[in-house]
Amino acid sequence: MDETRKRELEEQARKIRVGIIDAVYSASSGHPGGSLSIADLLTYLYFEKLRVDPKNPDDPDRDRLVLSKGHCAPGLYSALAHRGYFPVEDLKTFRKTTSYLQGHPDMKHTPGVDMSSGSLGQGTSVSCGMALSAKLDGKKYRVYAILGDGETEEGQVWEAAMFASHYHLSNLTWIVDLNGLQIDGPIAEVMNPAPHEDKFRAFGWHVVHADAHDFDSLEKAFAEVVADDRPGVIIQHSVKGKGVSFMENNVAWHGAAPNAEQYEVAMRDLGER
Amino acid sequence: MADKIATREAYGKALAEFGAVYDNLVVLDADLAAATKTGIFKKAFPDRFFDCGIAENNMIGVAVGLSLTGKIPFASSFAMFAAGRSFEQVRNSVGYPHCNVKIGATHAGITVGEDGATHQCCEDIALMRTIPGMVIINPADGVEARLAVKAAIEYRGPVYLRFGRMAVPYFYGDDYKFEIGKASVLADGSDVALMATGIEVEQALGARELLAAEGVSAAVVNVSTIKPIDRETVAAMAKKCGAVVTCEEHTVIGGLGAAVCETLAETYPVPVLRVGVDDVFGRSGPAKELISYFGLDAASIAAKAKAAIALK
Repeated sequence: MDETRKRELEEQARKIRVGIIDAVYSASSGHPGGSLSIADLLTYLYFEKLRVDPKNPDDPDRDRLVLSKGHCAPGLYSALAHRGYFPVEDLKTFRKTTSYLQGHPDMKHTPGVDMSSGSLGQGTSVSCGMALSAKLDGKKYRVYAILGDGETEEGQVWEAAMFASHYHLSNLTWIVDLNGLQIDGPIAEVMNPAPHEDKFRAFGWHVVHADAHDFDSLEKAFAEVVADDRPGVIIQHSVKGKGVSFMENNVAWHGAAPNAEQYEVAMRDLGER
Repeated sequence: MADKIATREAYGKALAEFGAVYDNLVVLDADLAAATKTGIFKKAFPDRFFDCGIAENNMIGVAVGLSLTGKIPFASSFAMFAAGRSFEQVRNSVGYPHCNVKIGATHAGITVGEDGATHQCCEDIALMRTIPGMVIINPADGVEARLAVKAAIEYRGPVYLRFGRMAVPYFYGDDYKFEIGKASVLADGSDVALMATGIEVEQALGARELLAAEGVSAAVVNVSTIKPIDRETVAAMAKKCGAVVTCEEHTVIGGLGAAVCETLAETYPVPVLRVGVDDVFGRSGPAKELISYFGLDAASIAAKAKAAIALK
């Protein structure tokens, strides 16, 4: 990737991280850890990869993104706001009673959200249906879904993986955010879903690894899965809480909001102070 | 026209009929196409039929994805699995975003017969009623089943269609006008109103004859749309007859009986007795025997009707 472009994306990702912390801090609740681990991925998707238009969010030919790990809504909302779907200022209404920015994505009320999600595993099947529909209609749009690594413990993920392969959904890409932590602790200790690569290969998928915090690596991974005629999965190796010193690799920040003091530290870490 | 047909059979035929009209109609099944009768559609439109295998939860989600991209998907399985196993998928992926997904649930209730309790879903109406915005239709005969499929296609939003395994007679002719949310008075009466749904319409009509022989005048109302329930007709018939018996092949908890009681408590309270599966699991046996065994037959309804009248 061109160095200038890379710098631009890095700056965009920084702003998206600031939006995540602002949203969670304003709400005094939410899920910063997993949102920060996918902040670079969301940046790459919304500012490089997805064929979408914030002025025409319902375009039937747009690429689709299903945030199957819906609790990372702060990440999605921040990316959508910075991409121009709604005012960045509205991120501060996150989780407020009258806000359109619900705790988990609500497609009926939030522009740019392609599917309501939050109950883990369900977004994977929906992404399959969207991809199947594109094939039926001979349309060119692609479908992406973002899964948590803990989410792959849900049986429905594997029902959907079987379906995608059976119906040759080459226009479908999943990204598994392998940050290694789930609410109760390290995934390896709670209920080890590893090895992801062997499992997806056994289900007929093309598997690619990526460094979740390196745009060159993400670009290469996306180019490779899109070129393949099988459904593709990118296993992105990420750091939960990436970018905020005290949140990194700390499971306590899966679903907790910073206090005023911690908020200031986070803003310093993100270059806002 | 045969004089009897199972509503599941009418469902499969209707899918194939309207598949020719609506290019965006697609059908999903979970390895039960021969039983749910979606196989009739599969034969007519193999390119728009998708077997999802024995994975109902995924099937519901796939239907959602199809609905969000311009298709009208019908997802079929037995009621036990479509509404039971996949309840949370239907609640969160279909109901919450109000997706245009139609669930064609067959083999509802105890008339599944010999397969027994694990496959006899008597809880689906109760489960589906709790989902905001869900329409629930339980057709009484082949004519109504066909029209219900058509209405579901034309309606934008989630619909749960409940079909039976056992053949039932026709109560309606070609002139019948089905409308979502409208109950139909099949026979008038003045002493008691028998409000029935699905296969129980036949039993209610039988009870009406038994009661007539004893000089009791019973009306029979087919409440095929259970949600939204026809409050106007339910209240009007309660007012006219002064006593009500609800008849359903479903648990007495949360189904038609509950919907009628809730409606009348808020509109025109009269004595209501409920005929249904009385908070027990089903069991194996021939369908007709089970109808009597569980007290869902015409004689049981007639007895309940007299008891309801006595409460006036």
